[in-house]
Amino acid sequence: MELLKINTAGSVDDGKSTLIGRFLYDNNALTIEQEELVRKKTKEKGLEDLDFSVITDGLIAEREQGITIDVAHIYFSSAVRKFIIADSPGHIEYTRNMVTGASNSDLSIILIDARKGLLEQTHRHYFISRLLRLQSVVFCINKMDLVDYSEDVYLNIAADIDKMIRQLEPLEQEIAIIPISSLKGDNVVHFSKQMDWYKGETLSTVLHGFNKKEEDTKPFRMDVQQVYHVQNENFVDYRAYAGRISSGSVKVGETLTILPSGKASEVVEVRKFTNTLDEAHTGDSIQVRLKDDIDISRGMLFVKESQEHLFAKELKARLVWLDEKAANTSAKYHIQTGSRTGVCKIQEIEYLIQPENPLEHVASHELKLNDIALVQLKLANPMYLDAFATNKANGAFILIDAQTNNTVAVGFVQ
Amino acid sequence: MRNYLEELENESIYILREVAAQFQKPVLLFSGGKDSITVARLAQKAFYPAKIPFVFMHIDTGHNFPETITFRDQLIKELGVELVVRYVQDSINSNKAQEETGKYASRNSLQTVTLLDAIEEFGFDACIGGARRDEEKSRAKERIFSVRDDFGQWDAKKQRPEMFTILNGKINFGENVRAFPISNWTEEDVWSYIKQENLALPSIYFAHERKLVKRDGAFLAHSEYLNLVDTDEIVNDVVRFRTVGDMTCTAALLSNAATIEEVMYENKASKSSERGARIDDKRSEAALEQRKKGGYF
Repeated sequence: MELLKINTAGSVDDGKSTLIGRFLYDNNALTIEQEELVRKKTKEKGLEDLDFSVITDGLIAEREQGITIDVAHIYFSSAVRKFIIADSPGHIEYTRNMVTGASNSDLSIILIDARKGLLEQTHRHYFISRLLRLQSVVFCINKMDLVDYSEDVYLNIAADIDKMIRQLEPLEQEIAIIPISSLKGDNVVHFSKQMDWYKGETLSTVLHGFNKKEEDTKPFRMDVQQVYHVQNENFVDYRAYAGRISSGSVKVGETLTILPSGKASEVVEVRKFTNTLDEAHTGDSIQVRLKDDIDISRGMLFVKESQEHLFAKELKARLVWLDEKAANTSAKYHIQTGSRTGVCKIQEIEYLIQPENPLEHVASHELKLNDIALVQLKLANPMYLDAFATNKANGAFILIDAQTNNTVAVGFVQ
Repeated sequence: MRNYLEELENESIYILREVAAQFQKPVLLFSGGKDSITVARLAQKAFYPAKIPFVFMHIDTGHNFPETITFRDQLIKELGVELVVRYVQDSINSNKAQEETGKYASRNSLQTVTLLDAIEEFGFDACIGGARRDEEKSRAKERIFSVRDDFGQWDAKKQRPEMFTILNGKINFGENVRAFPISNWTEEDVWSYIKQENLALPSIYFAHERKLVKRDGAFLAHSEYLNLVDTDEIVNDVVRFRTVGDMTCTAALLSNAATIEEVMYENKASKSSERGARIDDKRSEAALEQRKKGGYF
């Protein structure tokens, strides 16, 4: 059974929590306790239709304000697929959580209120899905019951979505636009009886039909997490490098190069616990042993053959600023990707990107919470990053404030 | 296409190695329950043939199922790791924690005091726990590396964003991190893994005959720790426990499921959640979140 990671996004009151609740309910996946809670709250509020929002809004502050503050993770499996749904908040001030939720997703669901059409948040969420180069985006035009299930409303919004997509540079991304009503259950799991004009698939069908693209054919990258030395009766002079393959694959007999030193050696063993393997693939947590005893420690990167294009002490990247404290161009930040860390400065903010108007670049000296900008970073030492467009796993990084240790930005190498 | 269980295992091993590398003195919180048994197995797999590079710690409420303690000591011996035990009773004796009274008295929330003291005593900077996001609504919002302040408090609104698989374990003096390597596992995943890895579990997870107290329609294990009231009814029946907390607050299920397969089948069919059997969580809708803000695991 395959795992699908989904992120849901939308503006306040677009009904995300209701959609997730409906999806679980119609898939017969709510627990007895959840169903009881839904019925109890529905009755308390005197509502006609079931109130599913209580399932995901888990924090006290959220229930008080009736909004979602932080990413909630929901786990669910159908007969053929396992789902992890990251439900991200719609408030603009919580955009950082939206990026958090979407960064680990394969697919993003963006909700749009049929009565309101595209909002600033829709542009922002879609732009983030592009920044993250998500393989698939599903737009759910929700609350169709409140616009008399009108095909015209659907077509107008679909045209606006199309316009929004076209104004950005081309990207291979699967797009679906589905008219739904989470409240009434139209086109979520069951086909709507009110919208015969819609010939597409239900949300559930789209999610079940999704096929994850493999990263296995990309160049090999593996961070050294740890070095194990073992000396006992079963293992004599055992020296292995532990890590998780972020892209590509590795076979016994191949030559690996370690960066920054550039030294190379042949792989003599690939291990997972007590099993030795002939080869290992993207995502595998393994240990490798090499023929030669070369100097390797945490913070280094394994590649195959020399990768000179990765040697850069300056890099251009798109940054999403995630901290309440604005960026300081004279301060030093820690930079981290995988198990590698370094020190850097934001040398220049080239321009800010406005998701609602992505072609118009805005000059700025400031980079504040939720801003997206193209910046120039100066690194104390090379980090051996790929361009995010060619290698996601080795093309993203975070910036850490040296005083507070908070994660203040996420970056995507250009 | 990779099997999801393998994907989860790879992720958990990555997280455990990051904890071992990024922190000076991590500790694995070990209760002897199925989730901490799973984490212990993952740690074994992450570091083999090297030794698991951290100690295990049990915060002992003194109200445990005796079967769990026997099992705990057995497994610790097999793994060859060091176990530290700190007792809630000691916190009560030194007046740091106050024993609850009445029908629903439990030592569950008192564990926080003992835990925070132990963190300070040993200078642990990371506590590895077997909490899962599918357990409960406020757990669903927890990060994999969750930073706690000097007082062990969790601030849901100020959580660090966690991007991709990049784990920021940098902390300030006095802070510590709770690390959750099986965040993304579900109860069903844990059972599937126990089955796949052929792991032993404490006997109370499977059907057995037991002396019980029937209270408010639920069955609790009969023990000297339970404050009995007039309406309580003492019965004998065949039960199992779906989750292992204190004897005073973990409800038993009437069940004949004696094998892993039978337990998995029954859990799936029941449609009831695991935490439904935790009486401490039922105190109010936000019970767990409030305990977590105060430093509870």
